[in-house]
Amino acid sequence: MLNINDYAVIVGQDIIDELHILGQKLQEKTVQNINSTAVGGGVAEILTRMVPLLRQLGVNARWDVMKGNEKFFNITKKFHNALHGVNEDISSDDLRYFLEVNRENAEEINSFDDIVFIHDPQPIALIEKKKDIGKKWVWRCHIDFTDPQPDIMNFLKSYIEKYDSAVFSAPAFSKDISIPQILISPSIDPLSDKNKELMPEMVDSVLVRLGIDKDRPIVTQISRFDYLKDPLGVIEVYKKVKKYIDIQLVLAGGGATDDPEGMKVLEGVRSKAADDRDIHVILLPPSSDIEINALQRASTVILQKSLKEGFGLTVSEALWKAKPVIASAVGGIPLQIKHKYSGILSHSIDGTSHYLKQLLNEPEYAQKLGINGKEHIKNNFLITRHIRDYLLLFISLYHEEDVIYL
Amino acid sequence: MNTSFHFYTQMHLIELLRIKAKNPVEILEGLKKVPTSSIYYHTHRFLQQHHYLSPEPPNDFAYWITEVLGLEELGESLAGVDTVSFKNLEELRAEYIKILTNYISKGKHIIDCEDGEEFYFMGCKTFVLPTPYFAHNLKEFIEILNKISINSLYFHMFEARMRLKRDENDFANWFRNMGEKKLAKDLLRLDPYNVTLEGLREDIINLVRKYAKH
Repeated sequence: MLNINDYAVIVGQDIIDELHILGQKLQEKTVQNINSTAVGGGVAEILTRMVPLLRQLGVNARWDVMKGNEKFFNITKKFHNALHGVNEDISSDDLRYFLEVNRENAEEINSFDDIVFIHDPQPIALIEKKKDIGKKWVWRCHIDFTDPQPDIMNFLKSYIEKYDSAVFSAPAFSKDISIPQILISPSIDPLSDKNKELMPEMVDSVLVRLGIDKDRPIVTQISRFDYLKDPLGVIEVYKKVKKYIDIQLVLAGGGATDDPEGMKVLEGVRSKAADDRDIHVILLPPSSDIEINALQRASTVILQKSLKEGFGLTVSEALWKAKPVIASAVGGIPLQIKHKYSGILSHSIDGTSHYLKQLLNEPEYAQKLGINGKEHIKNNFLITRHIRDYLLLFISLYHEEDVIYL
Repeated sequence: MNTSFHFYTQMHLIELLRIKAKNPVEILEGLKKVPTSSIYYHTHRFLQQHHYLSPEPPNDFAYWITEVLGLEELGESLAGVDTVSFKNLEELRAEYIKILTNYISKGKHIIDCEDGEEFYFMGCKTFVLPTPYFAHNLKEFIEILNKISINSLYFHMFEARMRLKRDENDFANWFRNMGEKKLAKDLLRLDPYNVTLEGLREDIINLVRKYAKH
C-alpha cells in the first residue's frame, strides 16, 4: 500500500511536512468523492491513489461510485464526445433520463459529507441535492473542455453554476461561468510502474525483446494510435533527420484493438514505415507500464507531436525521466514545458526536425533541458502537488479572502 | 522580549480569471482590469514555480512576449522591470502598463499569437501557515534555513514585502531587531529577483554565516 512518507525521498521531507500541516487543518471535515466508475480510466486511477493518501494525512476522505446502466452510460458517452467538439444528437429524452438516474443516485447515496467532490459530467446533477442539505460542493472537470458543443455546454453550465467552485486542468478549459474556477493540473505518480526507477538491466531487456539497438540514438513517441497524435508527422520528422543522423524511431502505444479508427491509424503508420527496420511501430497491450517506462528511459529524445491534446501527461512522464522533450504547444503541454528552458515547443514537422537535429548534435544542451524538465515536473506535476492543491481547495471553500492565515 | 524568529510557509491555489490575450494590446487591457493577486501571480509565482532555472525568465509577461510572440525588444523591457524597487503591486502594475502603452503608441505592427498559445491571466489565493521552526540566534537561523521548504523562504523574502505590504523582508526585519543592523542592510542589498530560489537560500546562508561567527 502507498504511504505518503515514501514520497519524502523524492520531493523532500519539507514538502511532506507541509502536507501534514494542511491535513491537520481539515481534520474536522469529511470529504466525499463521487465519480462514475471504480476501475479503468484516469479518474478512477487517480482516486485509487489519492483517497488513501488523503486519509494518511488525517483527512476523512471517502469515495463513492454512482450507479448507472448501459443506457445511462451511452448517453454520457455522447456527452463526452459533444464536449470534445463532436456533433452528437442528444435528445430531450436523453437529458431527462440522465437527470432521472442522477436523482435516483442522490436518493440512494442519502448521506453526504461536508465537502462533496463531484468528478466529471456523469454525476453533475447530484448538485440538485444542495438546496435541501447545503454542504460545500465542488465540480472537478477532468476532460478537455476547449471546444464543446454549445447545447451540451449550456445544459451542463446550468448545473456547474450551482456548485461552490469548479476545477479545470488547463487554463484553456475554463469557461464563462459565474462561480470561482480553479486550476489544478493532473499529475503523475513517481512510484507507479510507469514512472518508478528501473534497473538498467530491465531497460536493456525490454530493448532486446523489442529489437531496438541501444547503441544508436532512439527517438520515441509514446501515444495511442490516433491521428490527433500525428504519428505520420513523426515519421516525416524521422525521415528528415535520418538523412543526417543514424537514428531509430519508436512509435509505441495502445488503444487500437477495439477502436476501428485506431486500427486504421495503426495500418497507416505501418504502411508509411514500410520496410524501414529502424522504425519500430509497437502496439502495446494494456498493463504495459513497465515497457513504457523502459522505452522512455532508453530514449535519447522524446517527441509528443500532437495536433490536439488534453493535458498530455506523457510529456510529464518523459520529463520525469530527465529526457529532452520536443512537443507541440497544444493543450496542457505549454504548462509542462517552458520553451528552451525545460524542453522545446514546436509547431510543425520542419520545426520539430530542426530541433531534433539540434538536440541530437548538442547532447549537453539536451541534457540540461532534461534536468530542468525533471525539476519542473518534481515541483509542479507530481501527485504530492496534486494532493496539496486539493487540500488547499477544500480549505478555500471556507474562506473568501485572498490571503488566508491558518 | 522574545527575539525568536518563527518560520512560516505559504502556498497558492491558482484561480482562472477567464481573461486571455493574444497580442500586446490585449495584455495591456488585461493588466488594467485584473486584481492585484493576478499581477502578483504573474510576476512572482513564476519565480517560485521555476525556481531551479537560471535567473531568467523573470516573469510571465516577458516570457510570453519573447517566446510566444517573438517580440524580443518588448520582452526585454518587461524583463528589465526592477521588481525589487517597487513597494507594492499597484506600482508594479503601473510600470508594466507604461511599458506596453509606450510600445503600442509607437504604432508598431501588432501580431497575434498562434491559436492555443494565448496568454491566460490567472490569480491566486495565498495560504499562510506556521511551521514548527523557531530560530533564537543566527546559528539556529542558518540550520533552519537549510531545511525549510522553498515556500517558506519565498514567503519571508517576497510575500511579506510585496503582497502583505511590509516595508522590508522578514529576515532583514528580524536581524535589525536583533541588533544586527549591518547584516540587515547587507541582506536588503541582495536582489532576490535575479537569482534562483536555491541560489538565494545559499546567498543568505553565506551572508549570515559571516555574522554568526562574531
